[in-house]
Amino acid sequence: MNITRSGGLVAIALVGALALASCAANEGGTGSDTPSDLSGTLAGAGASSQGSAQEAWVAAFQTANPGVTVDYDPSGSGAGREAFIAGGVAFAGTDSALKPEEIDGGFAGCVPDTGYIQVPAYISPIAVIFNVDGVEELNLDAATIAGIFKGDITTWDDPKIAALNEGTTLPSASITAVHRSDDSGTTKNFADYLSKVAPEVWDAEPADPFPYASGEAAQGTSGVVDAVTNGVNTIGYADASKAGDLGVAEIKVGDEFVAYSAEGAAAVVAESPAGDTAGDTDLSITLDRTTTDPSHYPLVLVSYIVTCVEFEDAEAAPLVKSYISYITSEEGQAEAAASAGAAPLSPEVSAQVATVLDTIVTG
Amino acid sequence: MTDVTGPPNALTSGRLPRWATPVLLVVSWAVMLGVFVLMALAGGSDVAIAPALFLGTLLFVVTGFVLSLLVEGLRQAKDRLVTSLVVSAFLVALIPLISVLFTVVSNGRHRFDAAFFSNSMRNVVGEGGGALHAIMGTLEITGMAALISVPIGLLTAIYLVEYGRGPLARAITFFVDVMTGIPSIVAGLFAFAFFALVFADPGIRFGFGGSIALALLMIPVVVRSSEEMLKLVPNELREASYALGVPKWLTILKIVIPTSIAGITTGVTLAIARVIGETAPLLIIAGFTASMNYDLFQNRLMSLPVFVYTQYANPGADVAPYLERAWAAALTLILIVMLLNLIARLVARIFSPQLGR
Amino acid sequence: MRMTTAAASPKATLRPADRIFSGSTLLAGSLILVALAAVAIFLVAQSVPALTADPNELKGSPDSFWAYVGPLAFGSLWAAFLALVMALPLSYGIALFISHYAPRRLAQSLGYVVDLLAAVPSVVFGLWGIKVLAPAVTPLYGWLVENAGWFPLFSPPVSGTGRTILTVAIVLAVMIIPIITAVSREVFLQTPRLHEEAALALGATRWEMIRMAVIPFGRPGMISAAMLGLGRALGETMVVAMVLSPSPKLITIVLTGSQNPSTIAGNIALNFPEAHGIDVNGLIATGLILFAITLVINSVARVVINRRAAFSGAD
Repeated sequence: MNITRSGGLVAIALVGALALASCAANEGGTGSDTPSDLSGTLAGAGASSQGSAQEAWVAAFQTANPGVTVDYDPSGSGAGREAFIAGGVAFAGTDSALKPEEIDGGFAGCVPDTGYIQVPAYISPIAVIFNVDGVEELNLDAATIAGIFKGDITTWDDPKIAALNEGTTLPSASITAVHRSDDSGTTKNFADYLSKVAPEVWDAEPADPFPYASGEAAQGTSGVVDAVTNGVNTIGYADASKAGDLGVAEIKVGDEFVAYSAEGAAAVVAESPAGDTAGDTDLSITLDRTTTDPSHYPLVLVSYIVTCVEFEDAEAAPLVKSYISYITSEEGQAEAAASAGAAPLSPEVSAQVATVLDTIVTG
Repeated sequence: MTDVTGPPNALTSGRLPRWATPVLLVVSWAVMLGVFVLMALAGGSDVAIAPALFLGTLLFVVTGFVLSLLVEGLRQAKDRLVTSLVVSAFLVALIPLISVLFTVVSNGRHRFDAAFFSNSMRNVVGEGGGALHAIMGTLEITGMAALISVPIGLLTAIYLVEYGRGPLARAITFFVDVMTGIPSIVAGLFAFAFFALVFADPGIRFGFGGSIALALLMIPVVVRSSEEMLKLVPNELREASYALGVPKWLTILKIVIPTSIAGITTGVTLAIARVIGETAPLLIIAGFTASMNYDLFQNRLMSLPVFVYTQYANPGADVAPYLERAWAAALTLILIVMLLNLIARLVARIFSPQLGR
Repeated sequence: MRMTTAAASPKATLRPADRIFSGSTLLAGSLILVALAAVAIFLVAQSVPALTADPNELKGSPDSFWAYVGPLAFGSLWAAFLALVMALPLSYGIALFISHYAPRRLAQSLGYVVDLLAAVPSVVFGLWGIKVLAPAVTPLYGWLVENAGWFPLFSPPVSGTGRTILTVAIVLAVMIIPIITAVSREVFLQTPRLHEEAALALGATRWEMIRMAVIPFGRPGMISAAMLGLGRALGETMVVAMVLSPSPKLITIVLTGSQNPSTIAGNIALNFPEAHGIDVNGLIATGLILFAITLVINSVARVVINRRAAFSGAD
């Protein structure tokens, strides 16, 4: 008795909801000026740093190609690479380039021995954000940042900070340094920058988890931003687009203090040397963190798209090719810059990526 | 002349007058506020009202106890003490609960509009959009989870209370307890690994898998709460029914279950409430999409908790509209459960026999 | 005729309907065992690689797997214990208030509100924890550490953001209060009216009546309710991940500091997205440990309840 009743309840709720709205008002019937013959569902997964950019790209791409549905799971770089290697998704977004052992293991979704494609798609400067009473501007160099986050520098009026900020009154309050509690490419890039520029202070190997047991931890970029905003005398690091109204420190590059900028971030990427695994279809780079050119902003995160050259599932190939071509095009990069605060790829890099994407075998 | 005064009546003497309690409370608050105002004047700081009220209440509890002890004796004093403790426990617990509700409602109302319930997030960047796809997904996934777990859970509870004796019943009791300890994320991992193996699809994402994961979490709650409620049905009722020649299964269906139906529906609603807000397992097995999907068995299916989480965790450059959508979705989720709750209570009232209270 | 029927009936006849019904209840119970066996096999199979692997390959290169999971298990138990300590008296208080103190009409709507609150999704509690509770308690923590810093629970330094294990425990307590309240309220309401009236007629005060009639009757249910709450507090993932400022490999009882022990469930949520290879097995193995912990706690609770089984109406 009761069973059917409870089932009935659920059924009533379901039918009611279905009757209320049979279809979302914004879906279906969206005409586009240039009808496209692409159709199908494309699934990607990976870095959450790309999440909001992917959302913008997906929206624009689906509007241009009404027959296509693109889903991007912002489940994390590791999860994305794993899913791609296992053949679960057609492309992956990742904050760190594929590891050699992952490449050697092969990719289940690709035709064996046809290789893979790895191209930069998303560049985001990382901002050092702070929330200190009475302090509007803050200059820091890598050694000081490293000291703060490692726990060596514990008060805001420490001579090392004061020396970089003449004319600013710093409170004698203790510093609460907030880092990421989840493994993240942002932490890895942040640590990579510090360990390259200030190796004498930051002696830990750069990796996804935060290496030291100091300061506070918060989940995700949003968590760090919330902790810094709601706390007192806090400092943290986050994707620059999420800094909001918080104070952003200028970091020392060469002899000058540089605020983050999209141009500075893109310039570093354009002039960085090729990475260890780089090849014809792999455009991974090793970021030049120790640059002394003040037009560069070396505290930056580069996120890649990884996909196949030749797909086992031939129907996926044209979708992937046209989608990734779109997101790495100037138009797509401008969209990401507007919606997600990304730094657009420079035209040269964009052209290189286009050449690589041409190698995708379609049909 | 007989002495009419005699010894005082033991039932009416030595009682505090009715007005004693409210007066004492007000006086205690006033005293503590006075102390805090003095402290604020001395220290030059703001008057802290919340601690003053808190300490005032504490003062009321203590003085009430002492006063009653002096006038009424220890037993009445204890009774008064417990009454004030129970009432203050209730009031203290209300503070965070009201704060949560207030936060959700005040933040959620901005986007609680028609567009929110008629749009999905497909092709939406920044402002606009809605959560229709997530609402549908939540109803489908949770509905299926309830369809799976309520029959299994209720029948198991009946087995344990009415039939189960011996090692098997003990084993089931024990393992149901174990099930309450499955962390939700492990349930999601299990569902994912299981279906990835069964369908040989390493990237599998579909709603039904989410239902299975949620059912795993729901079943122990349903069993545990229904078991408690069935146990509380007095044996006299069962025996009276048997004595009238009613078979056991009919006794259970017509006597035992209706008697405990209010408790059981509470348990089931609690179980639904427990899982409808689960995020972690659905993120793993049901996935994330911005588009509508009615099919529980194919493709990614969005759900409200995942919607709330992703709107919060992955906002665009302009954060405000994402947060507003997140809160509005949270409000929607609570309202959905409220509706389910209301229906369940109605059902319980219709079917439960009229008892003494 | 009547005589013969009466004479034949003492031997109970097993009707087919009876057999079908009891059979289906048995089937449902067995299904649970099968499902659980499947989960257990999955957990154990996935955990074995982590348990047998060289601990250096695990995240953070601990001395052994146990050194990795130990602090996490401590954190889980500590947070759940704190939450339960706060939630239990309040929940029983609310349940008693609704069942025996509040006016009847008020009691019904209050019961409704409490049930409703059980439905607030954990993500929302997480958001509330970060955005409302943590900023609100930060000054309080500062005061505690300043004035009660000699007490081991409040050793300095104080957290600058309020996102400590105590905050997490408060959020967990708020989450489990509705669950414990709802179940114990139902149990209290089931107290036989006659027991209560008998106590009152003998001159008992309301509290004496509750102590002598309501609580002994409801004790197994009260323990069950507490176990349901504890299960949720131990397994809660999102709130811990979102609110806590964890520091892995740390065992401390300080409630107000920046570095807090992480919990098993929270640790899985934080690390799973970026985990690969043996780390995934390691995380699942910690899930297995959480499983085992809950098992032990529940078994102890069962023993306590069974000692009181005489009060069950069905026995």
